[in-house]
Amino acid sequence: MSDDKGLVSVQQQVNKVGLTRNDYKGAASTLCKGCGHFSIANQIIAACYEMNILPEQVMKFSGIGCSSKSPTYFLGRSFGFNGLHGRMPSLALGASFANTHLRVIGVSGDGDTASIGFGQFKHLVRRNIPMVYIVENNGVYALTKGQFSATTERGLSLKKQGINQYQPIDICLEALTANASFVARSFAGDPRQLVSLIKAALSHRGIAILDVISPCVTFHNQENSHHSFTWVRENKIPIQDITYIPPEEEIFIENFEEGTTREIDLFDGSTLKLKKVGNDHDPTDKLSAYKLLTKAIDENHVITGLIYINPDQPTLMDIHQLPEDLPLNRLPENRIRPPRESIDKVNKMMF
Amino acid sequence: MTEKIVNNFCITFSTINGSGSATANTTILRALFKMGIPVTGKNIFPSNIQGLPTWYSIRLSSKGYRARLEKDDVVIAMNPATLIQEYDYILPGGVLFYPDDIQLPKVRDDITIYPMPVKAIISESDTPAKLRDYVANMIYVGVLAQMIGIDLEKIHDALDFHFKGKKNAVEANYKLVIKAAKWASENLKKKDPYFVEPMDGTSQNILAEGNVAAALGSIFGGVQFVGWYPITPATGLAESLNEYLPQLRKDPVTGKDTYVVIQAEDELAAIGMVVGAGWAGLRSMTSTSGPGLSLMAEYLGLAYYTETPVVVWDVQRVGPSTGLPTRTAQSDLSFANFISHGDKQYIILLPGSVDECFEFGWNAFDIAERYQTPVLVMIDLDLGMNNWMGKPFVYPDKPMDRGKILWEKEFDDFVTKHNGKWGRYWDVDGDGVPYRTLPGNTHPGAAYFSRGTGHDEFAKYSEEPEVWQRMMDRLKFKIDSAADLLPEPLLCGNGIAKIGLITFGSNDPAVDEAQDLLSEKKIETDYMRIRALPIHSDIKKFIESHDRIYVIENNRDSQMWQILTISLPEMASKLKKIAHCDGLPLTARWIENAISQQEGEINE
Repeated sequence: MSDDKGLVSVQQQVNKVGLTRNDYKGAASTLCKGCGHFSIANQIIAACYEMNILPEQVMKFSGIGCSSKSPTYFLGRSFGFNGLHGRMPSLALGASFANTHLRVIGVSGDGDTASIGFGQFKHLVRRNIPMVYIVENNGVYALTKGQFSATTERGLSLKKQGINQYQPIDICLEALTANASFVARSFAGDPRQLVSLIKAALSHRGIAILDVISPCVTFHNQENSHHSFTWVRENKIPIQDITYIPPEEEIFIENFEEGTTREIDLFDGSTLKLKKVGNDHDPTDKLSAYKLLTKAIDENHVITGLIYINPDQPTLMDIHQLPEDLPLNRLPENRIRPPRESIDKVNKMMF
Repeated sequence: MTEKIVNNFCITFSTINGSGSATANTTILRALFKMGIPVTGKNIFPSNIQGLPTWYSIRLSSKGYRARLEKDDVVIAMNPATLIQEYDYILPGGVLFYPDDIQLPKVRDDITIYPMPVKAIISESDTPAKLRDYVANMIYVGVLAQMIGIDLEKIHDALDFHFKGKKNAVEANYKLVIKAAKWASENLKKKDPYFVEPMDGTSQNILAEGNVAAALGSIFGGVQFVGWYPITPATGLAESLNEYLPQLRKDPVTGKDTYVVIQAEDELAAIGMVVGAGWAGLRSMTSTSGPGLSLMAEYLGLAYYTETPVVVWDVQRVGPSTGLPTRTAQSDLSFANFISHGDKQYIILLPGSVDECFEFGWNAFDIAERYQTPVLVMIDLDLGMNNWMGKPFVYPDKPMDRGKILWEKEFDDFVTKHNGKWGRYWDVDGDGVPYRTLPGNTHPGAAYFSRGTGHDEFAKYSEEPEVWQRMMDRLKFKIDSAADLLPEPLLCGNGIAKIGLITFGSNDPAVDEAQDLLSEKKIETDYMRIRALPIHSDIKKFIESHDRIYVIENNRDSQMWQILTISLPEMASKLKKIAHCDGLPLTARWIENAISQQEGEINE
């Protein structure tokens, strides 16, 4: 499945499940050179490789748009479905029940999530389906060559479009309001933070919303635009220093000052160590998360990091009492067709 | 008194919706059924929760005719607002029962009129004040039972069934029935000719609604995922799944649930969930009606193109737009047949009875998985929501057909046999149906990426002109090849008449009866009922072997006629339209008139 034919080194490293980093790659990308989405795909590959996740144990979903093309470019050995514009959430939800042990990664964009798919996004979040939902947020419709999206800041001027007159939608605020159990924001230009947050999201049981500012180098990278590499680099404020510690790996991290570091235990046994950076935000405090986000809007900067987490919120799967010995899609006929004698009972029920 | 009319007449109850009359009406229907009299019950109701007129008609027919009648023999008029209308529908010699506290608008001296002291009987009883409005309907049950001869014990059976054996409710209602019957026997003198008598016309039948039958059939078909959104008249189907799944689908091994039902946020999401689940290997379905089907169009096109099995029930109401949400029609047919943009083609099943709703309920999953494609099952409000006599449900007569699925071992065998290759859309058998793999398959070569964009045999993105054409041609071949393996059309008649009738779905009873009416006029017909699309070769043969064919349907535009004409253009001139749509089920009399008229014109 590797795309790098003939380049496999004899010394290539393997992870704990015996796979090389190449085994996590996808098809060659057709995105523009320098697109932020590359970086995100690479960090998904890195996270899955480093977390020893078998690609066969992952399902990928996406909607429509540049962002939604990207699942082809990572995890080529995973099942995937590129669905309809704004309607990836429902597709992922239905498929998730086939085998609740598979990890689910959804990739969407700001058009796909915050416009046509806003309803499905909010309902997916409120159901708390176990899934990593990445919004590759570039503030523009790129595949149709540069129209305003619902996350474009007010006052931005774009060629052919004029000046954007509307207030933008903040995806993290919307996720919070819909009771998301994991809300984070990151930046395609900050791979170190991004990979930690992807790992944390993959370890979370419940919906993990990752709003990743991912600049569009072709249509929306003016220096003053709030989704450009330059502007975000200058105006982003990371709220924590994040260290992801895998399960059963006791890494002693030195120099954590008392009171400034917080540990959060995740569902799969891993731990997040969050070192506060110049603020007092507690990511388990929803009100504090609201304040942080609204303050950032008022002060015209981008906060990044883990904004909110509730590791214990019941998920959609907890509501359903499904067999544990086999996934639903492997149940044989005699477990899904009622026995022959039950037909008489049914006919009696009819009068 | 004129000659007795026994077991062959129509009773209509005119009430105000929200008044609890459904209990009373179905109780009478069930009591008659238990007496062995063939019955059909039809509810004509408003799109409203409380306060507007509702009619419930019960047709009794010793010959077993089940179609709607246009006029009433007996009317129980509980709604003063519609009394004047009721007058127009009562046949000469008919009967009117009415509560004595309402003013009769006029007198008709060609019918028998019985007043009922509903309020007086209730106030003499010990019924609590807050329940009085609801149980008032039991007074007409008792009076009617007494006057036409319904067995009170059977009424008790029906109440017991309705209230699921809850003794207090059964007895509270039954007490009023008895009280009213006693009043009638002491105070009313029988002057009309209508009687019921026990007979043996229903012992081989059950009484069910199409929506319930469809839900049960789906459960026996192993449905594992249901995504749905409330919409009249399809809501009852999903609610029946919710009612019966917990009773019938506990896993015999673990005792857990082997199904998931999700009420979605809208039909866009309902179909999205269902496509996701079907893609991932679950037997997956939704139920909806016209407006919901409109919203499902895009995902159905995706399911067709990605070859994803899903089952969609469309319980049709009158469209376009919001239309008449509580009235029946068959006007979604051409939309369903061509649903979604681009070239596409669908398998459509058309059950015509409650037992077929059950049978097609399980069979639809086999068909969807065998051909890896959406299956649309189309019924209508009349079949879905009304009470029909049907044959008892039959346990599926064949094992499940899960289609071509490769798990790890089969996948290994496949690639060994095919030079190490497998492609999701690679047709190795030459039947147009490729092999699919499902998420969770741990074989490193088994995964693939489904997409609505152009793809080749190996599911790789492609914009190559010849690849596009090749894939679309195979899809056409796949669905065309299914036509003769779908539920075959049924032929009624000896096959030697010159005139053929074609219909589908819930028109069956009306066409069946119209054949007899036409025969009385010396117009002999053969009748074929279509049960699936694309059309079976027997339909072509039927059209070929008759001089002319009347295509009978409950819509304005003759939608089945359109489909037949497109499918068999060389025979189009033989096909005549008999189409009508006013929100009500077709009647035999209307069909007979429409055909007689066209026949008259031909013979002039």
